[in-house]
Amino acid sequence: MRNSVKLLLLVLIAIGASMLYLFHDLNGSYDYALPKRVMKVAAMVITGVAIAYSTVVFQTISHNRILTPSIIGLDSLYMLLQTVLIFFLGSGHITVVNKQVNFILTVAIMVVFALLLYQLLFKKGNQPIYFLLLVGIIVGTFFSSISTFLQVLIDPNEFQVVQDRMFASFNNINTDLVWLAIGLIVLLIIYAWRFTTYLDVLSLGRENAINLGVSYDSIVKKMLVLVAVFISISTALVGPLTFLGLIVANLSYQAFKTYKHSVLISGAILISVISLVGGQWVVERVFTFSTTLSVIINFVGGVYFIYLLLKESRSS
Amino acid sequence: MITVRSLSKFYGKKSVVEDVTVNIQRGQITSFIGPNGAGKSTLLSMVSRLLDADSGEVLIDQTDVRKMKSNEFSKVVSILKQSNYMNVRLTIRELVSFGRFPYSKGRLTEEDERFVDQAIDYMHLTEMQDSYLDELSGGQKQRAFIAMVIAQDTEYILLDEPLNNLDMKHSVQIMKILRQLVDDLGKTVVIVLHDINFASVYSDRIVALKDGKVVKDGPTREIIQSEALKEIYDMDIPIQEMNNCRICVYFKS
Repeated sequence: MRNSVKLLLLVLIAIGASMLYLFHDLNGSYDYALPKRVMKVAAMVITGVAIAYSTVVFQTISHNRILTPSIIGLDSLYMLLQTVLIFFLGSGHITVVNKQVNFILTVAIMVVFALLLYQLLFKKGNQPIYFLLLVGIIVGTFFSSISTFLQVLIDPNEFQVVQDRMFASFNNINTDLVWLAIGLIVLLIIYAWRFTTYLDVLSLGRENAINLGVSYDSIVKKMLVLVAVFISISTALVGPLTFLGLIVANLSYQAFKTYKHSVLISGAILISVISLVGGQWVVERVFTFSTTLSVIINFVGGVYFIYLLLKESRSS
Repeated sequence: MITVRSLSKFYGKKSVVEDVTVNIQRGQITSFIGPNGAGKSTLLSMVSRLLDADSGEVLIDQTDVRKMKSNEFSKVVSILKQSNYMNVRLTIRELVSFGRFPYSKGRLTEEDERFVDQAIDYMHLTEMQDSYLDELSGGQKQRAFIAMVIAQDTEYILLDEPLNNLDMKHSVQIMKILRQLVDDLGKTVVIVLHDINFASVYSDRIVALKDGKVVKDGPTREIIQSEALKEIYDMDIPIQEMNNCRICVYFKS
């Protein structure tokens, strides 16, 4: 079939990009540089999986192809957490310096926040999902306003530490964190994969999904929690990068023109791994670290986003 | 049999459906008629569990709907609503195959494929089964959705205004197919209709709603009467009998 050929091609490109990144200009430094690069590639694969999966699922649930999960305010919550920790405890505190402690703390708080938000909204009967998005936008804006406020007051040297956390970065990835994140992501993907056929039905809309025997509300809730956990893991590991999801999800829809989520999600994951590894290679070898990966992704993503908006407005 | 017992639905303090009790017999076409805002679609949505009722209960063959598993329910009752906006691109065959989801969970067996073939054939869509839904006319699209419901192979088929935006030819075509489903395959069809003449010509039983309450409930001949219609629509509607069909001539009343 054509789609499986495309998937195979993407797998090959992903492997090729990883090989290029791992072995280009290595100069025989198998003991020092190679293990460091392997860890970076592993981190990029985890991030790619988490972001691609959560964006495709989120867009299916919200029936909207220009939203990313950052709309429920998780990115701004991450920034707020980092800012608050540095503001009140100082950049030398264990929760800031120790990457493991910071990771676990951040993931825990983000997941708890998402659960609280859902609990609050779903308790009041079955609110439409747009209500959740609206609350998310408001809470997110609130969080970023507080962050900005604290960042203005903070000591300039401390602010540098905050600023460092504002952009996703794959440099100085902590090895232990990568193993922890791999473990979590593998477990979650095994749990989540059984729902992919249900996602196919969800894309027919709420009424058709219920008609076909899907317990719509409970599946949507489960999926939203999964999305929040995935985003929390990837954000706590490398920083906010959800914009990438918008690009890879839409590229996957365009490349695969199918309703099957098993194909769409696999495609989006591969595309996102390719763009992360490829992009990081460009940052390191072409720009020699004079820019960061998230700047490039935000630039390319921004252009693509405007293109999507123009296209959608023309079709409607 | 579908038994609806004192079902109510409120939006805020306003009742949309109030204390409705109706029995729907097997092997018949039952039409819900009534003016706009009478609660027809809301009632249908509650019977098909798209909406939760605020009070009352719905029994399908003596079993409480709330006690049935969603997957089991979807093998007994199917519902088709009026708006079917989707943001995925599907062919007719892919859409109809979704009708088998309650049985196969996405992995179609040979038996499922046979049901899909039959449903597509039944709706006269075989030649265009690989065309995409967004390339179809309103009538073809509506037929594709009905084919999905037929592939679902449920005892009860509920349809919310399936004739919306269809021209006469396609409306008649769809009503004839529904009649066949009941007469040939022994299905039970419940349908919300706006055009009382379609209700008069094709249905066995009519339930008339007004302001959220049942005002008339009976065999078609008893409801299609000038006095009864006056009560439902507040209009004087003369009735003419032609070729054994009772036609309401409401255009100039």
